[in-house]
Amino acid sequence: MPEYKWPEADKRSLIGKRHSRADGPVKSSGKAKYSSDISRPGMLHVLAVRCPYAHARVTSIDTSEAERMPGVKMVQVVVEPGKPNAETQWFLDHVALVAAETEEQAEDAVRKVKVQYERLPHLVTEYDRTAAGARARPQDAATTGDPDTAFREADVVSEGEYGARFISHCTLEPHGSVTEWKDGRLTAYLPTQALSGSVSQFASPLEVPNTNVRVICNHIGGAFGSKFGPDKWDIQAARMAKAAGRPMRYFTERNAELIVSGGRPSDFATVRIAAKKDGTIIGWQSDAWGTVGPSDRGAAPPLPYVFRKIPNIRTRYTGVGTNTGPSRAWRAPNHPQGCLLTMCALDDCAARLNMDPLQFFLKNISLVQGGRPEDYSTELLKCAEMIDWKKNWHARGDKTPGPIKRGLGLSIHTWGGLGHACQCDVKIHPDGSAEVTMGTQDLGTGTRTVMLVTLAETFGLPLNAVKLNIGDSDYPPGGASGGSTTVGGASTATRRGALDALEQLFQKVAPALGVPPDQLEAVNGKIQVKGNPAKSLAWKQACAKIGTNPIVARGACQAQAARKEKLIDADVGGAQMADVSVDIETGVVTLNKFVAAQDCGLIINLKTAESQMYGAMTMGVGYALYEERVMDQLTGRMLNNNMEFYKLAGLGDIGTIEVFMMTGKGYDERGVIGLGEPPVISPGAAISNAIANAIGVRVPHMPFTPDRVLAALEKGGVA
Amino acid sequence: MRRDKPKTPERGRKGLSRRDFFRGAGVAVPTGLLASQAKAPKAAKAPAGAAPMLGPGRVPITLRINGKVEKLELEPRVTLLDAMRNYLDITGAKKVCDRGTCGTCTVIMGGDAVYACQVLAIEAQGKAITTIEGLNAGEQLHPMSQAFVNNDAQQCGYCTPGFVVACKAFLDKHPNPTREQIRRGLGGNLCRCGTYTGIERAVLEAAKAVKGGSAHA
Ligand code: FES
Ligand code: FES
Repeated sequence: MPEYKWPEADKRSLIGKRHSRADGPVKSSGKAKYSSDISRPGMLHVLAVRCPYAHARVTSIDTSEAERMPGVKMVQVVVEPGKPNAETQWFLDHVALVAAETEEQAEDAVRKVKVQYERLPHLVTEYDRTAAGARARPQDAATTGDPDTAFREADVVSEGEYGARFISHCTLEPHGSVTEWKDGRLTAYLPTQALSGSVSQFASPLEVPNTNVRVICNHIGGAFGSKFGPDKWDIQAARMAKAAGRPMRYFTERNAELIVSGGRPSDFATVRIAAKKDGTIIGWQSDAWGTVGPSDRGAAPPLPYVFRKIPNIRTRYTGVGTNTGPSRAWRAPNHPQGCLLTMCALDDCAARLNMDPLQFFLKNISLVQGGRPEDYSTELLKCAEMIDWKKNWHARGDKTPGPIKRGLGLSIHTWGGLGHACQCDVKIHPDGSAEVTMGTQDLGTGTRTVMLVTLAETFGLPLNAVKLNIGDSDYPPGGASGGSTTVGGASTATRRGALDALEQLFQKVAPALGVPPDQLEAVNGKIQVKGNPAKSLAWKQACAKIGTNPIVARGACQAQAARKEKLIDADVGGAQMADVSVDIETGVVTLNKFVAAQDCGLIINLKTAESQMYGAMTMGVGYALYEERVMDQLTGRMLNNNMEFYKLAGLGDIGTIEVFMMTGKGYDERGVIGLGEPPVISPGAAISNAIANAIGVRVPHMPFTPDRVLAALEKGGVA
Repeated sequence: MRRDKPKTPERGRKGLSRRDFFRGAGVAVPTGLLASQAKAPKAAKAPAGAAPMLGPGRVPITLRINGKVEKLELEPRVTLLDAMRNYLDITGAKKVCDRGTCGTCTVIMGGDAVYACQVLAIEAQGKAITTIEGLNAGEQLHPMSQAFVNNDAQQCGYCTPGFVVACKAFLDKHPNPTREQIRRGLGGNLCRCGTYTGIERAVLEAAKAVKGGSAHA
């Protein structure tokens, strides 16, 4: 059995270097086919009939006129009047689906479906817990140590309210699918983060064996936690496809997409922190609440975040039920909210103590849990150097004259990121070609490239000499790409499979080189006697000894075993610092510079790793400054369900972003750890703290829009 | 997103406005080409001398996309974007907001970058249309596409075709762009994955490549 480990640092020719993503050319040339680009012969276009109310009972649906419209092939009622579940629970939830020959015909027919509703009481705003009445349900409460004594004995107690409003996933590719049946087998072109797992999620409601379902996803236009299995509309469309004997194409219209396809729940909290004069934190108390949407319960934000070892803690969480589209896992679920609530409260505490927050964080760094304390210190100091904290930081409130105030803010974060369970087949063909095949997906994170780098590195081949097949559920089962688990899982499975395949190849080649198989190695396009390039066969010649059938080895990642082998690990740390300018006359916040230092164990492809950082921080600027689902309690509607007013950050909004990856000795030995989530956690907190530093007063709720900045300035600060 | 999103000259918005306006009714056709063939308005009471009307049923439409002539029968309300995606299987341009906000549908029409979701197919007649596929029809990647690869200016890639086309049209008009010009001139395209840092670098690199004479198209 080969030894399953990563090559030593001096033996790596590809791992850790910068590689352009393997699917870059097909994407940048427009050739990549996304699920929403798929067109099948005879395909019908499906659109939804949507409820204009936040909460209603469907009392009647008349589809007769719609059915007579030109081109209409099927109208499927999905919320049936009179049935116990004949209620809609959020604005633009759908009640029927219309399938027609063209999209235009479907659009016309949707308008002809006559639906009568009985309006029911709704609640769509969660901030005011008193107004929420019985829908505000205390959920969790916990106490560690003796917080009462800690607060009594504190030299300083700081107190504040903080909040992160609900945001949408707003993936550019909408949710939906193309579904097609052939000989009793369903093929679903589904944008999904969980290709292999989606099979049973189709099969079970459609009551067909899993063997009769195939899911395909070659490219996916953004997911961020909102696209795991098929949605109810995908199942419904698949049923229609079966009944009509025609493929169906359904993708959610943008105005509904921003509501029905998921979002990140809001979280608010009042926080008190007890500290000693020297800056030691001794107590934490938080009372948090947020929307749980149509569910009974929601996940409380992790509080206190990262500084879990504060000795005396009391926390409470209340979930508020609302008639709004349900939450979904949003990149690093609950962490950005927990981070904002914690890091802003800590920053306010530092201000109360008249301490530089950098010194305050460093002083308390032993209180962190998840990630290594020394890494956080190194990362904070690295960021401080990148943003020139010493020179640019000042005490709260920029005292320089003029309306533009500048400030610095910081935050730290953690994430698990242990590789997931998955399997692949590695094949070496007699002609020397080699490939890895797995039922996984590349969300744009660089999974393809990571697997190819791993395979090529293991075989001692150049990157362009190996091939990869993913995106089809008929392949060996991949894991769900959630929680930064894919890079660890996919690289481990590929490495193990490749090492096993290589061992088989060594056995075939050993007689020709006159040494036992365990004396061979694969380097520089050769199979050679260890350390002796003179005694070698070129890769192609070596493979010619395989025979007629290719070598096939199954590689798998089992998380705990792989962790022991140090192929993967969990728990990273990262720090971020923001430099902002705030115009106190208009309330507009502008990013000048935004820096990050991040550890994530062994990095396989530095180029795409850095892209994860840039991307997450850019997304972070968006949710910190612009993004918010605005609900109107009077009508129950979302007021900004379009991309003009649900604002994403644009190219000119992000300032200069600089990132530093912690690699090399001390990091690489840990093995691979996921990076998708960590860098998206801190931006809100770092930017909020920078704004407070600039204007001398806290803007309590995120996003930090001009109106909120001006409202905070009314209460104090430099204005 | 940019608060001062410019109405850049490269965002040509000539001709007809929102297609929703015309939905279910006829459509005024101001182009000389069709005016001569058009019949009297059917669905609207037009004042004397008003533009003739077509539709709402299907009408013949001829498009010139990437040098190829495409003959279609479409309702006049169909946008250029839907015509390409739903009727021609040209899917590089994506449909995201469908109302001129995100730029994922960007194509070049008559030399200008336009949002294909904001142009009716019927008004795109007689104009040379270039899509991302047209830029990359050759063996080699277009230098702008190549610069996106080199600078990893793409993640999920859904915004990428629109962005590449917008960058190409931008560079045609600003061959030596400053950073500030890039930030303003490309403010009309959005990326959810946050690839702007790479895009900025890609534009600068492509600008150099074009000057080096390696550009085509
Ligand atoms: S789809 Fe055309 S601008 Fe968004
Ligand atoms: S790369 Fe995903 S939206 Fe731009």
